[in-house]
Amino acid sequence: MMADITYLEGKEPHALEKRLIFKNVDRKDWDTSIDTYLNVGGYNSLKKAIKLKPQEVTGQVKASGLRGRGGAGFPTGLKWSFIPPDNEKPVYLICNCDESEPGTFKDRYIVHQDPHQLIEGMIITAYAIGCKLAYIYVREEFPQAAQILEQAIKEAKSKNFLGTNILGADFDLEIYIHRGAGAYICGEETGLIESLEGKRPYPRIKPPYFPAALGLYMCPTIVNNVESLCHVTHILSMGSEEYAKLGTPRNTGTRILCLSGDVRNPGYVEVEVGKITMRQLLYDIGGGPLKGRAFKAVIPGGSSSKILKCDEVFSITQGDQKVDLDFWDIPLDFDTLAACGSMAGSGGVIVLDNTRKMSWVLNNINHFYAHESCGQCTPCREGSMWMKKISDRIVEGKANAEDIKTLEEVAYQIDGRTICAFGEASAWPVEAIIAKFKDELIADTSEDNTYISKEKELQQQFFQT
Amino acid sequence: MDKSPTLDQQVNHPVSAGEKHFAPFAMTPELEARIDEAISHYPDQIRSSVLPILHLIQHQFGFISAQAITWISEKIEIEPMRILEVVSFYPGFHQSAPGKFHIRVCRTLSCAMAGSENLMAELSKITGIDRSACDSHHQPVAVSDCGTWSLEFAECLASCGTGPVCLVNDDFHEAVSPAKAQDLISQYSK
Ligand SMILES: Cc1cc2nc3c(=O)[nH]c(=O)nc-3n(C[C@H](O)[C@H](O)[C@H](O)COP(=O)(O)O)c2cc1C
Ligand code: SF4
Ligand code: FES
Repeated sequence: MMADITYLEGKEPHALEKRLIFKNVDRKDWDTSIDTYLNVGGYNSLKKAIKLKPQEVTGQVKASGLRGRGGAGFPTGLKWSFIPPDNEKPVYLICNCDESEPGTFKDRYIVHQDPHQLIEGMIITAYAIGCKLAYIYVREEFPQAAQILEQAIKEAKSKNFLGTNILGADFDLEIYIHRGAGAYICGEETGLIESLEGKRPYPRIKPPYFPAALGLYMCPTIVNNVESLCHVTHILSMGSEEYAKLGTPRNTGTRILCLSGDVRNPGYVEVEVGKITMRQLLYDIGGGPLKGRAFKAVIPGGSSSKILKCDEVFSITQGDQKVDLDFWDIPLDFDTLAACGSMAGSGGVIVLDNTRKMSWVLNNINHFYAHESCGQCTPCREGSMWMKKISDRIVEGKANAEDIKTLEEVAYQIDGRTICAFGEASAWPVEAIIAKFKDELIADTSEDNTYISKEKELQQQFFQT
Repeated sequence: MDKSPTLDQQVNHPVSAGEKHFAPFAMTPELEARIDEAISHYPDQIRSSVLPILHLIQHQFGFISAQAITWISEKIEIEPMRILEVVSFYPGFHQSAPGKFHIRVCRTLSCAMAGSENLMAELSKITGIDRSACDSHHQPVAVSDCGTWSLEFAECLASCGTGPVCLVNDDFHEAVSPAKAQDLISQYSK
């Protein structure tokens, strides 16, 4: 039997945590070798899975209620079942290890410290969906992770967890690492697929290009986040019923939250979904605000999610009832955050305190999206650049109040008019910051700034000639 | 007469002081064996091997030259332009040599709040690099005159809880406050 787990000093889990995925992260006497993993019962879930029919494995994942941890929170089992039943083409599995949503740092620790957990989850998933060839798309900025995963794959192969006739079953699988090259848009699943095809990562339009039907090489392809695939291992090991008891009914299991920004104890925690509130995360786990400061706002699910003010009260529907929910009482699950007008996204929680100027925050975020737009559609390519330029003017003190209006207009003209969800990702932060901090932004402008009117004059001259 | 530009003319290759730290492009049997191995990972479509091949070549020669593009295009039989468009899109591929030590500082929100702007300023001062001509789109990388150092702002490196963070070649460094800039550089300047 397993001895008690001990953790590195200062890295012990918080009392509010429930660790499945991160059980072995920051453990004493732990390394990334397969023997270490096997010693704690590693690959037993695979042995269990392989005795079931593939549809039964998918059934278990469906019954567990697992929702994707990459951003959209889409039910994982349901996604797998979208592979056309009459399909005769090869089926691919891709693990999305591009982790690049600002504020998110969880997949990093899984692949650096517990790679076999991911490999096992991938093998089980591949078995369930009928895949013989799988890839892990690792962002270029994780060079060590790529090496660690290569080694883990080699070891798994030497034990016949990969290769042909895996564990004596009629099941073959190879997994390869594919490294990105520093572009955020490769995290979007269809952009990722294009990148894996050796092209620019231009996202494909959905419909018709839903990866489960038309993915890699126009074959059915399942793209799942690192953390989602690790959960599959635990669902098989615990059984879907036990797993579904974790968390809350429509938001089952655990998930990793990444806390960064203006808080005393930044870092990662794994908690049952929806079982802790904003207050517990920021005060009990986060240790409260820095000395002499006060919390101001929180970006709850990666920089693409809409910002929430710490003094907001949300009027939401729970069941059939309308209730008022205080910011501090928001349980951190998919549905409540969506009801509050934001999203749980990737689990990256960025905290801002009263020393932060919102124009500066907005400008930083706008630079990110202007840099990362793939440039395929005009509203996103031009809009993200304009938003950056306007917010540059605001922080430089060269903007007037009309600029804020223009900025808002630009955001709403991107939102809903682009090929991929990056459009919304770039527009939402702007929309939310303007909606909630307009007065503060306007205070940074000045009516004597004639910059914009000069530009308008030039434009008019241009159109007249 | 055919006036279409040659590949050499289309490849943007500003001369860089970093070049002296890298050998000029020349295929070796060892490298080609590694490339063949990479190609074998894509049994269903060889074009998928473009990124891994570019990584292997860039790792050895510092950047992707017109010669390298020509070589790849012959190796896997796709048009050179299909490779150049990949190289020119991804920030991770260079068309000009970086320094011997390429430093990427995260500039995204959490790191910026932790002081990554100042870290960059400090690193520029210590390495004597003038970043005034840098912008995120056209000229992200600045190389020191000696070619030893180069600096670039990167977007979120997925370690936002321990900012400011940076990468020096393949080494990851956390919590590099501006005051630790000198220590960081000293680790590499032997
Ligand atoms: C602009 C953009 C960036 C994304 N970046 C990531 C990412 O870095 N990692 C990730 O797992 N998913 C990312 N996603 C979500 C993926 O498209 C996809 O939904 C996810 O990998 C599916 O996995 P899941 O169902 O397991 O969550 C991104 C989506 C968009 C629109
Ligand atoms: S929305 Fe932006 S990132 Fe997505 S395809 Fe269009 S231009 Fe590219
Ligand atoms: S913001 Fe710097 S690592 Fe995420």
